[in-house]
Amino acid sequence: MAHLRFHLRFPEDKIKEPVLCQINREFTKVDTNIRRADVREKTGWMDVEFAGDPAEIERAIDGIRKKGVIVDPIELNVVE
Amino acid sequence: MAPTTTDKIKGLICRECGKTYPPVSLHVCDMCFGPLEVQYNYEAIKSRISRKTIEAGPKSLWRYIDLLPIQGEPTVGLYAGLTPLIRAKNLGDELGLDKLYIKNDTVNHPTLSFKDRVVSVALTRALELGYDTVACASTGNLANSVAAHAAAAKMQCYVFIPHDLEASKVLGNLVYRPNVVEVEGNYDDVNRLCSEIAGERKWAFVNVNIRPYYAEGSKTLAYEVVEQLGWIAPDQIVIPMASGSLLTKIWKGLNEFHKLGLIDGLTTKVHGAQAEGCSPISAAYKQGRDFFKPVKPNTIAKSLAIGNPADGYYALKATAESGGAMDSVTDEEIVEGMMLLAQTEGVFAETAGGVTIGVLKKLVKQGVIKRTDTTVALITGNGLKTQEAVMHAVGRPTRISPSLAQFLKTFNLDKHER
Repeated sequence: MAHLRFHLRFPEDKIKEPVLCQINREFTKVDTNIRRADVREKTGWMDVEFAGDPAEIERAIDGIRKKGVIVDPIELNVVE
Repeated sequence: MAPTTTDKIKGLICRECGKTYPPVSLHVCDMCFGPLEVQYNYEAIKSRISRKTIEAGPKSLWRYIDLLPIQGEPTVGLYAGLTPLIRAKNLGDELGLDKLYIKNDTVNHPTLSFKDRVVSVALTRALELGYDTVACASTGNLANSVAAHAAAAKMQCYVFIPHDLEASKVLGNLVYRPNVVEVEGNYDDVNRLCSEIAGERKWAFVNVNIRPYYAEGSKTLAYEVVEQLGWIAPDQIVIPMASGSLLTKIWKGLNEFHKLGLIDGLTTKVHGAQAEGCSPISAAYKQGRDFFKPVKPNTIAKSLAIGNPADGYYALKATAESGGAMDSVTDEEIVEGMMLLAQTEGVFAETAGGVTIGVLKKLVKQGVIKRTDTTVALITGNGLKTQEAVMHAVGRPTRISPSLAQFLKTFNLDKHER
């Protein structure tokens, strides 16, 4: 089982959508664990751990992206 | 050398929740996923550090070894740092500043940018932690510095670059014989792959798993400025921002010197400078936000083009604590800044230098920086690396036939003047 960490950014129009909940229903073999978050009226982000089979996590991440949420590595930009 | 707590290094501490860890290669808190930084034992350091001990140290950044996160003696980058602090009278006259200084890291050893500081510290620490392979993801200065230092330290090296990087920049890495890996895809693809590789391999990825140590090297810029000013912290420092790490570490370095009694007072204001085409941090400052919105970079200042900066939040916080300001400049203003610095002080800086000078000019105009303030502008990289940015602005040589008469006529000179 892999444990991968990502930084999720919610554009303003996605803040009210239950994106993570929908992903949990869709990918039942992936556990999500929010470790830190800041969700406000016009902006929102979450640092989330995904546990499960790596390929299934990859599909869940793609699913989140398709819902309009931006997914970055937990380190944000590492290219300097 | 096994990573242990020493009388100097306590360990790593989470910048968010405060959880502590031993000084190993770890960069994210297991508890809250916040970034980690090095925690020092300032009591022990205070008992042995003084202006005299520093002045008696090597003529490099390693004179500040008591405040750098290594356990033993330095082994990599022994000649980095201690670059000139130039009294910039001509530029000061242009901008209306009586006491302007340029901290000139365009001549840093060996790769002509401030990255030689952070990489010296990162690779020395990487060797202490038992790594024989280093890596980085970079589009410019960082790759040059990692490749050069790895060659000298006889370490295996992997440099990851986007597949469409300019040929001159690729050459600047290849010459040191690292494994240069061109990654297909866009910037985000490169970024994500490198994060994954850093988690996968037992390599010292300097700006990922070694980042807490790597970033500490930036503090030496602050230490040097203070020492070169005669153990006085300046009133104002203007700092270019990419990830925002440099600004936060300058602020940390100044506070450490104050805490250790090496300077009498600390009223320095730290100011952040960004290019308008990639200004997530300065835009947040201007809009009064404590968070930044990531952007897609579009600027000639490639070395500052980090759209989702890891230390953006902390840079905002440090600037606020110091009472400083932030601003940004257009690509045109960046070129103007580069030209102004070159033509007044004879310093050819890369585009980031143009950003610093452009923002300095604005802050003076806005009255944020006063004529009588002791002001330092950090110039962090050499202009020879980004010549294409000013190619259109420098003009052409004056061509003449090999004739004295034509030379004198062209330049309107008298024949017998001696």
